[in-house]
Amino acid sequence: MQQTFSYEAREQTLIIHLPKELDHHNCRNLKYETDLLLAENYINRIVFDFSRTEFMDSSGIGILLNRYKQMTANGGKVVLCGVNAQVRRILTIGGISRLIESYENREAAVVG
Amino acid sequence: MERFRMEIESLSKNEELARVVTAVFMSRLDPTLEELDDVKTAVSEAVTNAVIHGYQEKEGIIYMELQAENRQLTVLVRDLGVGIPDVKKAMEPMYTTDLSGERSGMGFAFMEAFMDQVQVESEPGQGTLVTMRKKIGR
Repeated sequence: MQQTFSYEAREQTLIIHLPKELDHHNCRNLKYETDLLLAENYINRIVFDFSRTEFMDSSGIGILLNRYKQMTANGGKVVLCGVNAQVRRILTIGGISRLIESYENREAAVVG
Repeated sequence: MERFRMEIESLSKNEELARVVTAVFMSRLDPTLEELDDVKTAVSEAVTNAVIHGYQEKEGIIYMELQAENRQLTVLVRDLGVGIPDVKKAMEPMYTTDLSGERSGMGFAFMEAFMDQVQVESEPGQGTLVTMRKKIGR
């Protein structure tokens, strides 16, 4: 069974390691899992780590936008890292690039 | 014309299968990596729509047909699900019937962004047929 998301907390930052294919199928559990983690921990920054991700469609845009709304409503931040060319085009066409900052690597994204 | 047909169960795990099969069929047209990604994204959107909206995440069969003629790729995705009452409205960017907030409402906008032509035929209760065309290797 292919693992979809894995989560890593560093102080008040939650790093979400995204799967190889970020589609509707693989996004199904993200809302439930992140809602649980955000309820139980004080998190003011989410880093979406795309290092492993080779494909994303509009399902990915949906989950990013929702986390962005959730976090900014409480003064928090959402950032991205490790984005490849296909994902970057989807982010641009989906209007995400204007809203959410993207960093070259994970460490830079965590520090900000 | 070269033609390939398949029927898949309306299951979210088949979204990836549909993308991969399309990419393999399409490879005979010698596409660029970008063209491959474009078509895979559009197919993913159409099949996801069939799973979520057409069949409301319940049982059903999705009918796919791929055609290649000269450098023209045609992808047909058909479901026999609930259909769309107002196709024009459904195709507006950001329009979604989803209440969870997890769906962006950009499925059709992505199909249109990545393919040369997208045609949607639908009637309530009659299912939906999405026909997409793209010229490969321009």
